[in-house]
Amino acid sequence: MRPNGTPGKAMKNQKKAFLRDIIFLGVVALITAILLMMHPEKRAPVFSASENFLVEMLLIMPAVMILMGLFSVFVPDELIVKYLGRSSGFKGMLLAILIGAFPTGPLYVAFPIAASLLKKGARVASVVAFLSAWACIKIPQELVELQFLGAKFMLARLSLTVVFVMVMGLIIEQILGRRSGK
Amino acid sequence: MNTTTLFINALAVICLILGLRKDREKTKHALKIAVMSFIKILPTMLAIILIIGLMSGFVPPKTISKIVGQEAGFKGILIVGALGAVLHIPSLIAFPLAASLLEKGASVTSVAVFITTLTMIGFVTLPLEIRILGKKFAVLRNVLSFIMALIIGILVGVIL
Repeated sequence: MRPNGTPGKAMKNQKKAFLRDIIFLGVVALITAILLMMHPEKRAPVFSASENFLVEMLLIMPAVMILMGLFSVFVPDELIVKYLGRSSGFKGMLLAILIGAFPTGPLYVAFPIAASLLKKGARVASVVAFLSAWACIKIPQELVELQFLGAKFMLARLSLTVVFVMVMGLIIEQILGRRSGK
Repeated sequence: MNTTTLFINALAVICLILGLRKDREKTKHALKIAVMSFIKILPTMLAIILIIGLMSGFVPPKTISKIVGQEAGFKGILIVGALGAVLHIPSLIAFPLAASLLEKGASVTSVAVFITTLTMIGFVTLPLEIRILGKKFAVLRNVLSFIMALIIGILVGVIL
């Protein structure tokens, strides 16, 4: 998902993962076919449920992907490190969550960023908040959650997550010590 | 199309236009990334959609509510949380799955826990996290994330 990721090994892993996904799809398709052959009366409900979700996904996915692609190209890692390295305190944590919520690629991309933040002396609490927000609060992702689970569910989960991500950051900071250095 | 769909598509179009005006090459690159990500996610997406279909057709709501519903209690929530932590499905696809589970009688709490552990805890990426950020940091973050996810889920269940 990253434009400037490491080629070679990462590429190979991605290919492997893709192959695994296709095999998974094949197995599921096969099971579906067998089950539907044995129970023809279930065909209508199974297909109609699948179709509903397929349509909903196809209406939303391309837009989500475009947003993610744009963010990952226009928001470089250096920018993130620059902004997060500077700020601290409560505001720093909020900023960390906000920046983490930019859709810029999978979680493993964030590990090196987090490591360099720690090296630069950023607060552990901020780094934890950043990582966790990166993992579970993404703007397009929240929109998909809104679409499928409704505004109440999305808002409740989102606001609680923001609070608890900060609490978690503070707890880990207490345990590890204020700075990343031992 | 409902409002959310309209909104997210409009947002994508606006961002795309802004991107094109700012930097054509970068935007092209972004679109390439978008297409690649879509292709990458497609097989899993189709598989989950089939699973949702099968679930609607074959698994009676009673069974689902017994496993992940009110009846399942705290043990059910723990199981769902662990499942979310270990499974490696893209979170985007988890939402429709969660929605169909809810529809079929799963409890709000277990669905919220599932989504939260699924996104916040990377069982698959844990070795990488340990290597880059250190064992103590990575393990602490993941273990605490699990506990937090349980609390978040339970609170969401209480609120809704």
